[in-house]
Amino acid sequence: MHLSLAEEKQIPYASAFAELMRNRSSKEPAWSRILRQKSFAQFENVGLPTVAQEDWKYTNVSPIDRTNFEPIWVGSEHRFSAGDLAPFSYDETRRNTLVFVDGIFQPHSIHGSESRGFLLMSFSEAFAQSSYESALRRHCERNAGNHENGFTHLNTAFADGLLIVIPANVNAASIHLLFVVNHERSSAPAVFPRVLILAEENATATVVETYVGSRREKYLTNAFMEVVLERGANLQHYKLQRESVEAFHIATTRIDVGESATYEATTINLGAAISRSNIEVTMDYPGASCAVDGLYMIGSSQHTDTHSVIDHRQPHCTSHQLYKGVLDGKSHAVFNGKVFVRHGAQQTNAQQTNKNLLLSDEARVDTKPQLEIFADDVKCAHGAAVGQLNEEELFYLESRGINPALARNILTYGFAEEVIEKIKIDSIKRELNAVVLNRLHSGLEIS
Amino acid sequence: MLEIRNLHASVDGNEILKGINLRVNKGEVHAIMGPNGSGKSTLAKVLAGHPQYEVTAGEVIYDGKNLLEMSPDERAREGVFMAFQYPIEVPGVSNAQFLRLAYNEKQKHQGEEELDPLEFKDLLTEKARLVEMDASFMTRSVNEGFSGGEKKRNEILQMAVLDPKLSVLDETDSGLDIDALRIVAEGVNKLHDPQKAVIVVTHYQRLLNYIIPDFVHVLSGGRIVKEGGKELALELEEKGYDWLKNENGKPATTAGSAK
Repeated sequence: MHLSLAEEKQIPYASAFAELMRNRSSKEPAWSRILRQKSFAQFENVGLPTVAQEDWKYTNVSPIDRTNFEPIWVGSEHRFSAGDLAPFSYDETRRNTLVFVDGIFQPHSIHGSESRGFLLMSFSEAFAQSSYESALRRHCERNAGNHENGFTHLNTAFADGLLIVIPANVNAASIHLLFVVNHERSSAPAVFPRVLILAEENATATVVETYVGSRREKYLTNAFMEVVLERGANLQHYKLQRESVEAFHIATTRIDVGESATYEATTINLGAAISRSNIEVTMDYPGASCAVDGLYMIGSSQHTDTHSVIDHRQPHCTSHQLYKGVLDGKSHAVFNGKVFVRHGAQQTNAQQTNKNLLLSDEARVDTKPQLEIFADDVKCAHGAAVGQLNEEELFYLESRGINPALARNILTYGFAEEVIEKIKIDSIKRELNAVVLNRLHSGLEIS
Repeated sequence: MLEIRNLHASVDGNEILKGINLRVNKGEVHAIMGPNGSGKSTLAKVLAGHPQYEVTAGEVIYDGKNLLEMSPDERAREGVFMAFQYPIEVPGVSNAQFLRLAYNEKQKHQGEEELDPLEFKDLLTEKARLVEMDASFMTRSVNEGFSGGEKKRNEILQMAVLDPKLSVLDETDSGLDIDALRIVAEGVNKLHDPQKAVIVVTHYQRLLNYIIPDFVHVLSGGRIVKEGGKELALELEEKGYDWLKNENGKPATTAGSAK
């Protein structure tokens, strides 16, 4: 039998999907089953994105396409001990660390019944509760449109998501979503984390999302995060991507910011051979505000791509975006930031900046900040910069007895620190500072 | 301590220093004065090893060694310090972190003991008192958001911590109000001792009311055109730099003749 290449590579997905439909989805409502089937059919139809598509022009995912990943859709038996996970936990969130193994939430990872201020349920559990089923259906179906790409179709087809609800007027404890991969099951797992965070009216929360891969094994994280902030809600969202350097990390984060609600995110990309972050913020209510900041720091032949869309649809909304990049070796970074100010979105304030520091002659950045304004009473600014370390600054440090290599590292650290500084959880900030300093061998102590 | 012989230096192919000769002994304070563009800041930067300046002729012997062969960081570890006219901001790195690193690099180089953060804090607190700097400046990023006067005080704080043998103050008085000027000058005076030397580069005489020079050298057109004691500074203040032109019977700048 002869199969074309395209058919051949989809077999692991197709057989796994057939098995999933036979087993798990029997407990799901009809709309969910249909959604999975539709999404998988769309994936089979469009496949993974290619560089021929404008949005993927600089990010070639053919290494992902060429690998026979095994989709993981059923929970792992493997239990990580507290000790295994200790290096990845933070003091401030220790009691609320939600562990996901192979993209699937491990309910036993969260102990005790102390009131945390938030509700957790897997999508399957939420299906049984009519109050949440409709919300879930609304969000899932909305995301299954034709504008999605092959990765999001696959996620919708395979994921068993987790719903986190921060009830109205609650100031919840900080939540840590920790994503690990169990390599004992498969040598090339494809995992599908999916979380919907629903912050009801005037709720306040901090969510930390970390992806860690301590080994050099190959895997694919294909994540989909959704955040819905109702009126007056406030969410601090930190994401730290420290996947194995052989891994691939493709993530879409979609945020709806409600009336007078505030969303503040800091995304740090350090790991993975190829990482792609799609960030889509929609402000469809007056008075919404967001800060969408990030740092990527990569070397060797790593590739990282951030595509963000910040959509001002209503008046009196504010957005700030500061993305910084540090590139060494032959690494390649892509930043594409679109800011839309729709017709009638008066009194918009939008600021966008992307700054890149190249530490090597072979590193490369493609940056494209885009501002599209259809309103006339707005305050908007954007800019991008790609540069090297400043000679005057280097001389200043050297004139104090610091050797040139160290001087370079200190200035690089200072450059990155501006973004790390935005994180309001001390132990994360300390850890990131240590990671950056360690990478730079700067000899500076954490103060 | 320092012997400059027939020093010529250029920037971007333009010769700025055209044969400087200067000898500085231990315990001495020298003032380098001169009009704008005379080359005084260039001299300071050449001594510190600024990469933009190319030495085309001459030599500089510091403590018996060829200073010009040393990289800027080596010079600093060997005890040469330049207070910058425009100190650089280093975002993200606190004053305390930076100073301890610089201090320990020097200690290591000189085979002396390095200090841990707590020990260093004590040293820093003591030195900060010298320039009347508040402890809050130690946790702030180096020079970031500092006023002009605070930056200059921070330069003298660095000088106090690094304890150099030869200090070159490049227009440290520019942009200082009278109180800051006094604080900075008193700091420099307290740090001075018979084993050290100071070169004060300045346009105006006013700093020299506080830091009393043993010798005054007047630079013009890349050469030293007049030398004398502290009274020369007062004379310059009174008569201005134009007076030198008449005194020497030749123009104070040689820009015309260079063409």
